[in-house]
Amino acid sequence: MSGAMQALLFEAFCDTVFMIVVAGFLAVLFGVPLGVVLTLTARGGLKQNLYFNRFLGVIVNATRSTPFIILMVAIIPLTRFLVGTSIGTTAAIVPLFLAALPFMGRVVEGALREVDGGVIEASQSMGATPFQIVFRVLLPEALPGLVGGATLMLISLVGYSAMAGALGGGGLGDVAIRYGHQRFRPDVMAATVVILIVLVQGVQSAGDLVVRLIRKRRGIK
Amino acid sequence: MGSGSGEKFHALKGVSIEIPDGCIFGVIGRSGAGKSTLVRTINLLERPTSGRVLIDGVDMTTLPAAELREARKGIGMIFQSFNLLSSRTVAGNVAFPLQLAGWSRSAVGDRVRELLELVELTEKRNDYPAQLSGGQKQRVGIARAIAAGPKILLCDEATSALDPQTTRSILELLQEINLKFGLTIVLITHEMSVIREICREVVVLDGGCVVERGTAFEVFTRPGAPVTRELVSGFMAKDLPPQFADMQFFPKPASEDIAAGLNIVLRISFLGDTAASPVISGMIRKCGVDANILYGTIDHIQGVPYGMLVVELSGESSERSAALNYLRNFNLELEVIGYVRRNASVAV
Ligand SMILES: Nc1ncnc2c1ncn2[C@@H]1O[C@H](COP(=O)(O)OP(=O)(O)OP(=O)(O)O)[C@@H](O)[C@H]1O
Ligand SMILES: [Mg+2]
Repeated sequence: MSGAMQALLFEAFCDTVFMIVVAGFLAVLFGVPLGVVLTLTARGGLKQNLYFNRFLGVIVNATRSTPFIILMVAIIPLTRFLVGTSIGTTAAIVPLFLAALPFMGRVVEGALREVDGGVIEASQSMGATPFQIVFRVLLPEALPGLVGGATLMLISLVGYSAMAGALGGGGLGDVAIRYGHQRFRPDVMAATVVILIVLVQGVQSAGDLVVRLIRKRRGIK
Repeated sequence: MGSGSGEKFHALKGVSIEIPDGCIFGVIGRSGAGKSTLVRTINLLERPTSGRVLIDGVDMTTLPAAELREARKGIGMIFQSFNLLSSRTVAGNVAFPLQLAGWSRSAVGDRVRELLELVELTEKRNDYPAQLSGGQKQRVGIARAIAAGPKILLCDEATSALDPQTTRSILELLQEINLKFGLTIVLITHEMSVIREICREVVVLDGGCVVERGTAFEVFTRPGAPVTRELVSGFMAKDLPPQFADMQFFPKPASEDIAAGLNIVLRISFLGDTAASPVISGMIRKCGVDANILYGTIDHIQGVPYGMLVVELSGESSERSAALNYLRNFNLELEVIGYVRRNASVAV
């Protein structure tokens, strides 16, 4: 493989990481509040509101069940409005974020539901406000689950980002299609596949490590 | 105090209880009797469908959310499953209610140090709950519950997950807190020993209703309601010990002739400070009967002695009636268990 090709792969790798990091960061930033709202408004929640919960749930499910390729194409007008173009790495962040957000929301909801109801009740008995319960009890207690969920979300973003690359989003998917497939370069194809696998493994291991460290610190086996 | 949640099912019905200040107040009853529901209505974790919850004259049920939260800061609560925050250390857990109440960092530090000393967990201050034993977790629970200086402490089966020694140490701690800070403690339990150990007053719940109330001593020694008898009987060993299983008891004989050939087995319960032995020796002297003590126990409820003797009486039937009449003059509880053949009784 030529030096130029290696440089191209490296650049594509950086593009992919950039997309995942930015989209992932935004997904955590908005997904955590989304998950909190889903939890609080659910049946038996601190701010039970079943109509709103169902309304939000339908939107979340609809977004989640739309295949990423279709979601990406469908929101091209929105992407153009936000970024000014629908082509390139920056533009790909919009659909990536939109796909990761409901995923993260559900993952957060699941992690928060795991928090022992007795602990919430104890906090209520101490006169905690719902705001205090969310920030001082629910989120800290669920932290290992939240990190585990974010890891899952980032891994699914690796897959989405490769797809986005194939549709003009840049990054490793783009290289795999343009060089590996269209120019019959099996070495390039293999290289992108290996890099993606390593990326997924790396994210998974890093996530697992953080979860393990938190649990170890809290003395949980 | 009114009833629990739900439209049809009422977990509590017509419950009216007054809990004196500074008292350790016990709530007992079978599983599902409504004990948890009752204490949870005190801090309104459970909102009664009707009725009032008065604390120092303030009806908790009428308070708006913010005032209710303030009121709850004056009511500590500890739980069977401890409910500590796994994300915080021992010190962090104890600090939690103080932070909620908006204490300054240094005030929180001082208070936490003082509380950890009280519950003897100073060395564990930086450990997480998962690293503690059940007894230690409950000590953290207690320190956390009393941190903000509440007037009332609610305990829902606080010792049910603990072994007897640990239970004892937790009860001692509760008693110490009660005496030191004048805290009113409402204690739910299904363990009669817990009630006997520290409760001054007791209510017995059954099917959501109060079936009995009184001092712990009264409830133990003169249980009125069937549930209370049941709860108390197993505990006070009112039934005969296993050695008596082989003994053949006859029902009350039909004729005096038959009765003359049999001895009476009596159970005599001594309440309070009625001394046992002088009564028995007095009976033997005055009535000319023979008394053979088969079994005896003495127990203490709240420091008051409570004794039980199983006595076999022999003698002429007139002498025996005289003996029974003699015993009835004292503050005793008498029960004829049955009749046995002369010389048939087992040596115990
Ligand atoms: N939210 C609820 N909805 C309907 N029924 C309930 C609810 N909470 C409790 N109950 C019922 O109310 C009754 C009393 O429950 P409670 O938990 O107060 O009993 P308990 O005396 O504390 O029992 P245990 O000793 O097992 O803890 C039970 O029959 C229970 O099934
Ligand atoms: Mg209960």
